[in-house]
Amino acid sequence: MSAFVAAPAVETPLGRFLREFGESRMAVAGAAGLFLILLAAVLAPWLMPQNPYDLAQLDILDGNLPPGSEGFSGTTYWLGTDDQGRDMLSAIVYGLRISLSVGAGSTLVALIVGCAVGLVAAYYGGPLESVIMRVVDLQLSFPAILVALILLAVMGRGVDKVFIALVIVQWAYYARTVRAAALVEGAREYVEAARCLALPDRRILFRHLLPNCLPPVIVVGTVQVGHAIALEATLSFLGVGVPITEPSLGLLIANGYEYLLSGQYWISFFPGLALVATIVCINLVGDQMRDVLNPRLQR
Amino acid sequence: MLAYLIRRAFQAGLAILVMAVLVFIGVYAVGDPVDILISPEADLAEIEATRRRLGLDLPLWQQFLIFAKNALAGDLGRSFVHNEPALRLILERMPATLELAVSALLIAVLVGIPLGMIAGLRHERPAGRAIMAASILGFSLPNFWQGLMLVMIFAVFLGWLPAGGRGETVPLFGIPVSFLTLDGLRHLILPAVNLAIFKTALVIRLSRAGTREVMLQDYVRFARAKGLCERRVVLVHMLKNILIPVVTVLGLEFGSVVAFAVVTETVFAWPGMGKLLIDSILNLDRPVVVAYLMLIVFVFILVNFMVDVLYTLLDPRVRLAERRG
Repeated sequence: MSAFVAAPAVETPLGRFLREFGESRMAVAGAAGLFLILLAAVLAPWLMPQNPYDLAQLDILDGNLPPGSEGFSGTTYWLGTDDQGRDMLSAIVYGLRISLSVGAGSTLVALIVGCAVGLVAAYYGGPLESVIMRVVDLQLSFPAILVALILLAVMGRGVDKVFIALVIVQWAYYARTVRAAALVEGAREYVEAARCLALPDRRILFRHLLPNCLPPVIVVGTVQVGHAIALEATLSFLGVGVPITEPSLGLLIANGYEYLLSGQYWISFFPGLALVATIVCINLVGDQMRDVLNPRLQR
Repeated sequence: MLAYLIRRAFQAGLAILVMAVLVFIGVYAVGDPVDILISPEADLAEIEATRRRLGLDLPLWQQFLIFAKNALAGDLGRSFVHNEPALRLILERMPATLELAVSALLIAVLVGIPLGMIAGLRHERPAGRAIMAASILGFSLPNFWQGLMLVMIFAVFLGWLPAGGRGETVPLFGIPVSFLTLDGLRHLILPAVNLAIFKTALVIRLSRAGTREVMLQDYVRFARAKGLCERRVVLVHMLKNILIPVVTVLGLEFGSVVAFAVVTETVFAWPGMGKLLIDSILNLDRPVVVAYLMLIVFVFILVNFMVDVLYTLLDPRVRLAERRG
């Protein structure tokens, strides 16, 4: 949150990025919201009134209470309880932990894999490149949700399996983005100079090319975290995602589905609201990052 | 040109083959297919008989050849939940999904293009900003939750529309459709709107960008200079030119609408092929899963092939680049 610090006399690239990022109030609000959500998720065990997965802390007599009502033991459930007597606020924040770690973690792994593959394709060219790009094209011609469904239909449920599926779904975006950037950068003089110095390929790839290809990748990555979280929630809602023992936001929403039809809206409504808030914040930040880091819009 | 077509057709065929191998390995080689293909109560002798009947005692490559041969003949296995050929089961559900997808696209176009044009024409005014903010929200709402909220508001609290199912259907050319009966139409509204919201947001963005680009073109200025009324300039000169990119993108997006119908169909218990896929995955009805995947792969690759060919026919630049390359 150092965006509010006055710009130094000689501006570092990071300083300029922060200043330009701060020009949009919506984006700053998004970043602040995201920070609060992350903070709540990380500090959940200390902030929340109960651990929703510790069965000893649940009271079945408190089941399906509407928001704001007082439980049997005198605690107030601000967002109501589910059928097991679980405090929805605690369940949401604990669910956020799973949703965020699966979404952000899989995006990061996919980013690393995709960058490596894309760089190699652009640098070496030839048949290797055409094979890699054919695979990328083939995969991107299918909607992400379909690819993820196929993978999970084969692998079964589980947090680790959802993670793997999300990595496989996403890597192709980064491979394509990095390759496009690396093709442009690879034709520049500094790469030629590095080659003339007979530096090893690995050094040119990772010390010279990679840092210069990162801005577009970071933009795609930010937006993708939002997509990954939404996709994980969707898969869990469909019943092929995370198991019942580790409920993410999507599974919480699915659990509330049957009660929704009898008017007990809060079990599905509030987790969804948390999901939407997270995704909107990420999209606001991602949108502004794209404007700031896009070389075509360089001010 | 012919050489290009043959090469693209060859690549499409290769892609289908690769996907067939992947699906085959995924479903038939991971785990014991007998556990998946017959009921868990079967005794050892039955398992052995099934193993031989399905040819599972053969080496993997021979099994694949049999699978491929049957697939080419249109036989993608038999569902053991419904005890019907898997392909027929899927094709029976297809009209429901297509009806939903087409309705959703219609809504997206009829709502999205006017809103996008307004946002483009008044991009500095509150109306334009409000439309763009709404479209960001449309992008961010998770499809399934948004469906639940529609059910909550319109079915549970207001009680105006039914929460799920397809309602009454009447046959049209022998295919049952919902939109011709009042009851069917009432059932169709919520799922179609749910599926349409994301695409509407996309159409709004596309037509806004198109409007802002077209607004500055010489032919629009010339039309104004001729003294044509604003309505004619906007509805004829601008609209026609905006339609080209919108229609192209929507054509390409049709496949993803069908894929996303999986979610909408599950929320609204709409009896389409997406719901069949989810039910089959949850019931471990693998023949149906394999058949659905092979069918979808085939359709997608075919559509991509046709789009590529059409582009080459329509856009001379692609042809030239091809000749040079």
